Amino acid sequence: MAKDRMNNTRFFKLVIFVNALIPLVLLLWDSYRHNVGANPQEFAIRTTGMMTLIFLTATVALTPLRKTFGINSLVKVRRMVGLFAFFYGSLHLLTYVWLDRLFNLLSVTQDVARRPFILVGMTGFLLMVPLAITSTNKMVKRLGGKRWALLHRLVYFAAIAAVIHFWLLVKSDTRLPLTFGFIVALLLAHRLLVRFAPSQPPPKTAGLFQK
Amino acid sequence: MAEKIKSSEITDKKTYLNRRLFIQAAVMAGTATASTLLYRRLNPKAVEKPAGEKLQEVAKTSTADSTSSGFRVDEKLTPIQSITNYNNFYEFDTSKSGVAYAAQGFVTKPWAVSVDGLVNKPKVFDLDELLKFQQEERIYRLRCVEGWSMVIPWIGFPLNKLLEKVEPTSQAKYVAFQTLLDPKRMPNQATGILSWPYVEGLRLDEAMHPLTIMATGLYGETLPPQDGAPIRLVVPWKYGFKSIKSVVKISLVADEPPTTWNIEAPDEYGFYSNVNPNVPHPRWSQATEQRIGEYGRRKTLLFNGYGEQVAKLYEGMDLVKYF
Repeated sequence: MAKDRMNNTRFFKLVIFVNALIPLVLLLWDSYRHNVGANPQEFAIRTTGMMTLIFLTATVALTPLRKTFGINSLVKVRRMVGLFAFFYGSLHLLTYVWLDRLFNLLSVTQDVARRPFILVGMTGFLLMVPLAITSTNKMVKRLGGKRWALLHRLVYFAAIAAVIHFWLLVKSDTRLPLTFGFIVALLLAHRLLVRFAPSQPPPKTAGLFQK
Repeated sequence: MAEKIKSSEITDKKTYLNRRLFIQAAVMAGTATASTLLYRRLNPKAVEKPAGEKLQEVAKTSTADSTSSGFRVDEKLTPIQSITNYNNFYEFDTSKSGVAYAAQGFVTKPWAVSVDGLVNKPKVFDLDELLKFQQEERIYRLRCVEGWSMVIPWIGFPLNKLLEKVEPTSQAKYVAFQTLLDPKRMPNQATGILSWPYVEGLRLDEAMHPLTIMATGLYGETLPPQDGAPIRLVVPWKYGFKSIKSVVKISLVADEPPTTWNIEAPDEYGFYSNVNPNVPHPRWSQATEQRIGEYGRRKTLLFNGYGEQVAKLYEGMDLVKYF
């Protein structure tokens, strides 16, 4: 039975893995078939960006969902979902540097300085880098669970940066970025509520700051 | 407990594993199909341009004088598939690739344009009357404020020909334009994403300039719904949003009229909105543009390359202040 459960987990992970790659496969397939509209550059950048935001939101949603509905198996896909956020974030950055800036790194730095939404997006991406690096079991052990958990709260800041990045770039129809903003805010509120709710004693964090 | 189950009742391992594999395959195929369909739904396919009517008696301006007048730019035309599937028309959809689909079936007959205000002879023109003005082809650059551009072979007639008919009075200093307001036919007008109806405006001398046209078609045929059927303004040296679509009303007025994007974000979109690489949008640079169909970015030209024809309209004006 234990083995079955392990197989179930492996299968659950495989389902998520395959489904997470479908947008990329379709994007590549449509590009190959010249079926990505009048502005393929923008399409690729927008699609990878949207996937980043979706996976970031999903990453942030997993813990509240697990706690609220008691679906403990969700914890097993947290790393994979988070890494997909980083994966699509990297593709988003790559497509921008390639298709919008033609690998002109000087123009990228100028663009970061000139366009606030690029700066915010870049910040969001950089926040994800340490999380991806410390996503292995080894790194969890090396950092210690609590310190690791503290570090990985950066994911909230990455999600907030992603929402602001999106919100800043639309001209007037802010419905979609605001929807993502609302969801992320709700999830963050849930986290804070659980953390500071008077009914539960706050977890001890003192140990974190001792040598 | 276990001993009480007859061995014949226990599913044998092979069947159990097969069933399990079958369920897993079904789950995998099901979710993968759902994801694919969701992706396809969120990224609608391009729509074939509806068959327009051939526009008759379009004058062909001779290339020699039309190049210096700016009437025809000698650059590669943007394919019709791109022109009709990638543009902004918030009355239908706020996604550039969704407009064509959302505008399908937009009824433009009957249609009339009322020209009134400070004029001696106000008049309501129906579409047939407007098509009686000598139609000609104009190949213009179009630069969107978002940073992309196209080259479009419009069919239309100079706005000054229309204005001459109604005889503006000496008090008339500006021209105000208005798009159709009908949430039943333009579904996004039921939302509050912009203030409706869409309104635009030009200074009278800008409106009278020979480059300013009322377009009735492109690529030799009537305008498709998504590009502003049946009649729209085209002002090639200004950002695309100034070229108001599906116009029903043109008024001659004394004061600078309100314009939709200026109402929406006054610090981002000025009344003039001349294409200017040196005046950045507050959130992005306007120095370069993505020409649709090209790899890489082009340098954006002052007045969208029509400086020779229009710069004199703005002599002595601070283009940063009057952006």
